[in-house]
Amino acid sequence: MAGIIKPTGKPAKLADGTQTSIVDGRQHLLLLPAWLIIGVLLVIPVLLMLTYSFLVQDFRGGVIWEFSLEAYDQFFFDRGLFGDEPPSIEWTYIGIFWRSFVQALLAMIFCFLIGFPTAYFIATRPQKSRAFWLFLVTIPYWVNLLIRTVSMKFLIRDNGPINTWLLSGGIIDEPIGMINTGFAIQLGLFYSYLPFMVLPIYASIERYNFALSEAAADLYSSRWMTLFKIVIPSVRPGIIAGCILVFIPSLGAFLAPDLLGGAKNFMIGSLVEEQFKGQAGDWPFGAAVSMILLSIIMVILLFYARAQNRQNDGGH
Amino acid sequence: MINASERIRWYPGFREIALLCLVILYAPLIIVMIYSFNDSPSITVWKGFSFVWYEEVFTGPEAERFKQATVNSLIIAVSAAITSTAIATASALAMIRGRRFRGQAMTFGLINLPLMVPEIVTAVATLIFFASIGFDRGILSILLAHIVFCIPFAYLPIAARLQGIANVYEQVARDLYATPGQTFRLILFPMMLPGILSGFLLAFIISLDDFIITNFVKGAGVETLPTAIFGAVKQGIKPNIMAISTLMLVASFLLVTIAYFISRMGDQRK
Repeated sequence: MAGIIKPTGKPAKLADGTQTSIVDGRQHLLLLPAWLIIGVLLVIPVLLMLTYSFLVQDFRGGVIWEFSLEAYDQFFFDRGLFGDEPPSIEWTYIGIFWRSFVQALLAMIFCFLIGFPTAYFIATRPQKSRAFWLFLVTIPYWVNLLIRTVSMKFLIRDNGPINTWLLSGGIIDEPIGMINTGFAIQLGLFYSYLPFMVLPIYASIERYNFALSEAAADLYSSRWMTLFKIVIPSVRPGIIAGCILVFIPSLGAFLAPDLLGGAKNFMIGSLVEEQFKGQAGDWPFGAAVSMILLSIIMVILLFYARAQNRQNDGGH
Repeated sequence: MINASERIRWYPGFREIALLCLVILYAPLIIVMIYSFNDSPSITVWKGFSFVWYEEVFTGPEAERFKQATVNSLIIAVSAAITSTAIATASALAMIRGRRFRGQAMTFGLINLPLMVPEIVTAVATLIFFASIGFDRGILSILLAHIVFCIPFAYLPIAARLQGIANVYEQVARDLYATPGQTFRLILFPMMLPGILSGFLLAFIISLDDFIITNFVKGAGVETLPTAIFGAVKQGIKPNIMAISTLMLVASFLLVTIAYFISRMGDQRK
């Protein structure tokens, strides 16, 4: 084997003392595939989507290349059936966004209330069992999201196992209507994104110096006061990261609202999907709705990045 | 005996909440698994243990459709995982072993962009892109879309692994006159392998998992396993869906477990 390797390279340290790296001179070449693929298949498409949101709908499912603000107008204003009445605010779509916002927020709170104690509990386990606990919490995330959502639907249906057991046990007389409610959506979103809450909080608590808790206890702080005044403020970056990681995918979720929420609980994801389904779709409107969703999320991420920078600047 | 610092860390109810968390996470999956063995056409009444729905999956009227969907899913997932892992490995080398360069932060942002843009937005944008350039929608369009969002998932474990390898190994190899290519092939690549393998497996699972983007960019008549299941579920949950779900569950569980042990094995060798 050693005979095959012909040592023909240059030494790692040049005469002037600078170190060479194995990727010297090839750095851009190595990055080219990633730039190309993500640039052509994600950045350009998003820009194209922005363009489409300013075009006119073609009724055969497509667009006419003509500048128009119609899609955004349709989103925000109601001009009557024939479009000649004075514009008033159109609440249908704002309402769908508002409802999605509330559902995502509730799912986030739900995730925090369960996720924080879980992350804290895992982080205070002995070193050896922590990895196992984390493994247990993350496994369901890797199971197909559709299958998880279908499983949840199966479980909470009117004639599903929960209701059947409760009925046969005589605890209830009528099935509890859990499916097709806001609660079902929150449960589905909670179930979909819980690991995103647990992992960053866990990472923060693991770095938290428990000597602080001991000092607080020495100074007669009660257990819960220590939690709210010392632990939670110390691990705040992890909590905020977790909340964002749950909130953002929840806001644009499609499967949980569609399968668990039913027709009454329409959310942004279904609104968008409907615009691209079959011939009746309105592509510019769908593109506009996606752009509005993307803008909201970019604003949230921007605030998050700024808050993080401020924290880093304050740190030193 | 519990010592004082242990007692200070302890909060009443946290253990119970953590256990409740596991119950919520696993109960739906376990119940679907149990009911997939139910010997009854009605999915709510338990009639005894049987493999009848598994037979249905492989020989029933929908068997051909699910078989084709599975083949499509596997072709796409394997190709997307291989391509994205190769791209992610090259990127990780340039980002972590290369010199600082202008636009490095932007490149990092670009690699992670698929994680930040909501899936539904990516789906819409990709569909518009393919439609406007007249790209035929089918297996190839699905594959291209999958490669994009698999890149960050493959990148994370590979970059983490590479950061954990001190660069003295390459330096020694170079000092002994190995070419950059030899250094990578004989020194760095074997050391990076655990990271590359777990990156590959994660990309594979993520591709297999995707529904929304696939649903947008697939052409008429082309199905992957998730879109086929979704179509079937829309007509009501039948027991054969639970059998398929159980099979996929077991497959995901095995893959993640393998990825977990590969990455741990790599860490211990460090």
